[in-house]
Amino acid sequence: MDVNHPAQTFDYVRSADQDSPVAALHPVVIVGAGPVGLTLAIDLAKKGIPVVVLDDDHRLSTGSRAICFAKRTLEIFDRLGIGERCVNKGVSWNVGKVFLREQLLYEFNLLPERNHQRPAFINLQQYYVEAFLNDAARAESNVDLRWKNKVVGVTQGDESVTLSVDTPDGIHSINARYVVACDGARSPIRGFIGQESKGQVFRDRFLIADVKMTAPFPTERWFWFDPPFHPNQSVLLHKQPDDVWRIDFQLGWDADPELEKRPENVLPRVRALLGADTAFELEWVSVYTFACMRMEKFRHGRVLFAGDSAHGVSPFGARGANSGIQDADNLGWKLAAVVNGAAPDALIDSYCAEREFAADENIMNSTRSTDFITPKSEVSKLFRNAVLELARDHPFARRIVNSGRLSMPSTYADSPLSTPGDDTSFNKGVALGAPAVDAPVQVDGRHCWFLSLIGKTFTVVQLIDANTLKITIVGADQRENQTVFAEPSGDWKHRYSERVGTTYLFRPDQHVCARWHTYDEQSIQRAVNRALGKNAQ
Amino acid sequence: MLNIEPNLANPDAFYEALIDMHRELTTEQSHLVNAKLVLLLANHIGDVSVLHDAMRRARDSEAQP
Ligand SMILES: Cc1cc2nc3c(=O)[nH]c(=O)nc-3n(C[C@H](O)[C@H](O)[C@H](O)COP(=O)(O)OP(=O)(O)OC[C@H]3O[C@@H](n4cnc5c(N)ncnc54)[C@H](O)[C@@H]3O)c2cc1C
Repeated sequence: MDVNHPAQTFDYVRSADQDSPVAALHPVVIVGAGPVGLTLAIDLAKKGIPVVVLDDDHRLSTGSRAICFAKRTLEIFDRLGIGERCVNKGVSWNVGKVFLREQLLYEFNLLPERNHQRPAFINLQQYYVEAFLNDAARAESNVDLRWKNKVVGVTQGDESVTLSVDTPDGIHSINARYVVACDGARSPIRGFIGQESKGQVFRDRFLIADVKMTAPFPTERWFWFDPPFHPNQSVLLHKQPDDVWRIDFQLGWDADPELEKRPENVLPRVRALLGADTAFELEWVSVYTFACMRMEKFRHGRVLFAGDSAHGVSPFGARGANSGIQDADNLGWKLAAVVNGAAPDALIDSYCAEREFAADENIMNSTRSTDFITPKSEVSKLFRNAVLELARDHPFARRIVNSGRLSMPSTYADSPLSTPGDDTSFNKGVALGAPAVDAPVQVDGRHCWFLSLIGKTFTVVQLIDANTLKITIVGADQRENQTVFAEPSGDWKHRYSERVGTTYLFRPDQHVCARWHTYDEQSIQRAVNRALGKNAQ
Repeated sequence: MLNIEPNLANPDAFYEALIDMHRELTTEQSHLVNAKLVLLLANHIGDVSVLHDAMRRARDSEAQP
């Protein structure tokens, strides 16, 4: 039996720091135990870095928040040990359908290839994800999770940052070499250091109803433009675990959020969609407006920003939590290397370069989707409607219809950490800066997934003959290298290369940082050094 | 490259057909039809640099005083 996750609470425990005569110094303090802060904490802990996590609350997230978690997130969660739990509890889906009025315009499959361990998406309430992350965090002796610890002040020094922390026992101070602010869209830390997140607010309102019912709708993402049950607006329907469905009604800018939230106004809207005979219960109802924004820089001295504190998007591409988790994945290994003394502080600047670029990509996609769903002008609406009407009979127009381009991981194409190597002469495979792609392989005659073999640290993968992959997990020095031999499947070769000699170097976050047609020890060492921010040319 | 030299075999006939396309439509319907026409032609052309050039020319002549 699952415990009732939404109601789970965590106890405030007085920490030794509160009785210390001088403020304690921690290598890393994370502010915020949301999905991003917890992901980062577990990752750092697994890399041997002790972390303190402060959260002003003592509960899981409540209400209607993230439900769609992308394949890449699940792959990152696999490394943290919670991927399987999320997939088992979640609703897996790959297919989306778009309707205009009553008619199906087109459908898309987000994972057209077979033989990947994880689906394109699962739907799972954010409170489950947070509950699983919490369990994993508490299992790490390196993670010190402190509930009801609210950061109320930040002072930056040359060597460390001082945080003032308010608790039920009063205020105390702690120091950290690095602070990562994962404190959400309103980020108090951002305010304390005099920064802001800037962008565009969309002039539209959305009613989000989480509804409990048993209904025969398939596990697909259904999006309607101008449906008969909610004329002139859009509606999104999506299945979550526990027979809960997310229904998202566009209301327009003039709607009164307080009135719209009342059950007597919500129930008829839901009934119009489901039909009068379907029994259902309202789980949670809220009215949102959405914005696309970001901080100009994700690093300010020793304070780093990740997740919603650094950037925000509208939910139509499920890019909020998914991109925040990729922030954490990008930052974890870099921060660990810097704290361990294996890399210079400047490596952290590459976090900003890569993830600010990713934020722009997410904001661009999210803005385009929102502009299609919520046209800002008469002429924008005219073209939107023209596209929709053409889409029925004209394949090209279906490709323009935009009901949300769903979260895909970013490729760090121009990353300073990448080594060009032979990249440009590969005519296929996984590009420089892109995340590794999964495929089945065999180890000792047993099936396993490629992604499970790479990414603890830097990993070199070499196709030494048609049937053998040599996978070397790079240790702190050569003698600590670990080698595994695997047999690539046809899918692996199709996705990476058939050419014997092909050598890929993956970073600890599984992104490709170099690839060559032949194996050369020295080139690999140089590429690793470069990816650690050392002697970059 | 956007071709701005004469390319229509019979410009008068084309123009007549264009106006005819809008016969008996309200202004609102005409706008929608024009938008569809733009989309159909844009897809046919495909080359974004040509499209950008066309967009720039269409807009520039409007923005001039
Ligand atoms: C309706 C809706 C639907 C969404 N759907 C999706 C989706 O399908 N997929 C997706 O990927 N994303 C989705 N999102 C976005 C997603 O919910 C967020 O991007 C995600 O929660 C961000 O995680 P975070 O850890 O950065 O911040 P948060 O989850 O906001 O966590 C911040 C934490 O910091 C704590 N905190 C704040 N201030 C302090 C302080 N001073 N001291 C200590 N702690 C503090 C807070 O208590 C909180 O626990 C959706 C959002 C909404 C609103």
